[in-house]
Amino acid sequence: MTTLTETRFAYGDALLKLGAENRQVVVLDADLYKSTRTVLFKEAYPDRFFDMGISEADMVSTAAGLASTGLIPYCNSFAIFLPGICYVPIRTQIAYPKLPVRLVGSSAGLTQGSDGASHQSLEDISLMRGLPNLTVLSPADDLETTQMTLATAALPGPVYMRVGRYPVPRVMPDDYHFQVGKAHVLRSGGDATIFATGHMVWKALEAADLLDRAHIAASVVNVSTIKPLDVSLICLIAHQASLVVTVEEHSIIGGLGSAIAECLLENGNSRRLLRLGVRDVFGESGSADELLEKHGLQPESIAASIQAALPRLVTRKQSAMNEE
Amino acid sequence: MRDEGTVHQLKLKAAEMRLQIVRMMGADKVHHFGGSLSSADVITALYFYKMRYDPARPTWPERDRFVMSKGHSVPAQYVALAMLGVFSRDELSTLKKLGSRLQGHPAMHLTPGIEACTGALGEGLSYANGIALGGRVQGLHFRVYCLIGDGELHEGQIWEAAMTTAQRRLNNVVAIIDRNRLKAMDASDGPKVLEPLAGRWRSFGWAVREIDGHDMCAIMDALDWAEQQSNKPSLIIASTIKGKGVSFLEGQAGYHNAPINPDQFARALTELESNLHTLAEAQL
Repeated sequence: MTTLTETRFAYGDALLKLGAENRQVVVLDADLYKSTRTVLFKEAYPDRFFDMGISEADMVSTAAGLASTGLIPYCNSFAIFLPGICYVPIRTQIAYPKLPVRLVGSSAGLTQGSDGASHQSLEDISLMRGLPNLTVLSPADDLETTQMTLATAALPGPVYMRVGRYPVPRVMPDDYHFQVGKAHVLRSGGDATIFATGHMVWKALEAADLLDRAHIAASVVNVSTIKPLDVSLICLIAHQASLVVTVEEHSIIGGLGSAIAECLLENGNSRRLLRLGVRDVFGESGSADELLEKHGLQPESIAASIQAALPRLVTRKQSAMNEE
Repeated sequence: MRDEGTVHQLKLKAAEMRLQIVRMMGADKVHHFGGSLSSADVITALYFYKMRYDPARPTWPERDRFVMSKGHSVPAQYVALAMLGVFSRDELSTLKKLGSRLQGHPAMHLTPGIEACTGALGEGLSYANGIALGGRVQGLHFRVYCLIGDGELHEGQIWEAAMTTAQRRLNNVVAIIDRNRLKAMDASDGPKVLEPLAGRWRSFGWAVREIDGHDMCAIMDALDWAEQQSNKPSLIIASTIKGKGVSFLEGQAGYHNAPINPDQFARALTELESNLHTLAEAQL
């Protein structure tokens, strides 16, 4: 039985570890510490934990002030509120002077689930990716979340990281070593290259399995650093297949799909691009799996979309199979 | 009783600051004359009387901090820092020019002595609280002064921050409101009435003192009083005149952010130089 873990839990555990390792780490939350899992840090290091109340903008600006005194603040809220409500203080007070504040957007994406559109963050990557100096991270599983969280402590500038409340299996190999700015190839295949981020890395791997049964070989690349993008690896892998696919639990406008499109076209790669994600609409209440299904982000839908985009290739392969 | 010589020296500094503010802004260029001039006396008292500050070490961890929450008035802070020698007075003429460290709004990563990036109103008091919390966590002792515009009080984040300061007993935070009663378009109390201002802040858990923000002795007294507050953070409401020191700028919302023509510029310099001269003579 595969163990499923929500990345927010891995984050909370890693933050607790950081608290022990690094006295400069302080944590701020806006009345969601049980959901964001900063409750562990709160209980262990109450002198370095600040519940700011339901005041996200106050929290973010306070974190900037804390950072100016040499501390490393981790700011926590739901992904919908942290970049959304706090866009200008993040921009002016943190990104502009490159203060080392870590903004962690929790319960990100459609898989936030039942609370509906007001709570489903589908634009956070887009908002944060547009700001200079900010590193934007989106981990795929518990292993990567842990490594990523620990790695953020040593980064000189500001960071936005999104984590979720959707149980996912371990997808990264045991010997994986997260590095900021490095994408990771999880499987290789010459027909399609799938770039995925966050929970969608798991879904993309499952989709690749389904495609494999249809004799379509797909690469799956985990793009966990959205900014700075691993341009050289992405261009290299994209070059090896006729179809490029992006999968994200985010709007296709401004997120991973946009980032990959910009990267490939600027580097002379004009492969056909299929962007899978939320297509310029708001979310709604429902279970996480129902919502992923509705937006074409379950493995079967992802595989079907890719097959539909590869008609000639599929036809050719299938006729070859028939001849066999 | 205050030493008259000290008070006189501070008045001279403030007069010099106003002259330098107008000089660096020049003619025919859009600048924030009004708020820079209204806050000049308070900023003078902070940098030249109250704050524990070593111009040779503007990043000293235990320095007192001044956070300019009303970021558009930063020219007054630039002049103070140049007068202290944190950077050269010659640099003042580069204000808002391409490539200058002296941006239109404060940029801490560019300008020595600037403590925060502000410009979008409402964010400075939260930041000041963060500095105070950072000092508390690290056992550092300093005071944090935060200058807020009265129009800025329309921003909700100020009130979020005001609750944080009082709740966490950040009693080394001193907020000062530059109560010049005008914002960019018209009266600060127009679209949102701010009074009873002192009562509102008291109800938020602050110790409040109201003063004439152009009376140097009163400013010094209030800053000393704030230092004595051990149970609450302190707020000083400094009643000021927008554009103070230049007759045709005083009390005019139209010069919040606007140019003055060469004739006006010459008149302004004449008035400010004359004021400085009169003060200097009085000293003799």
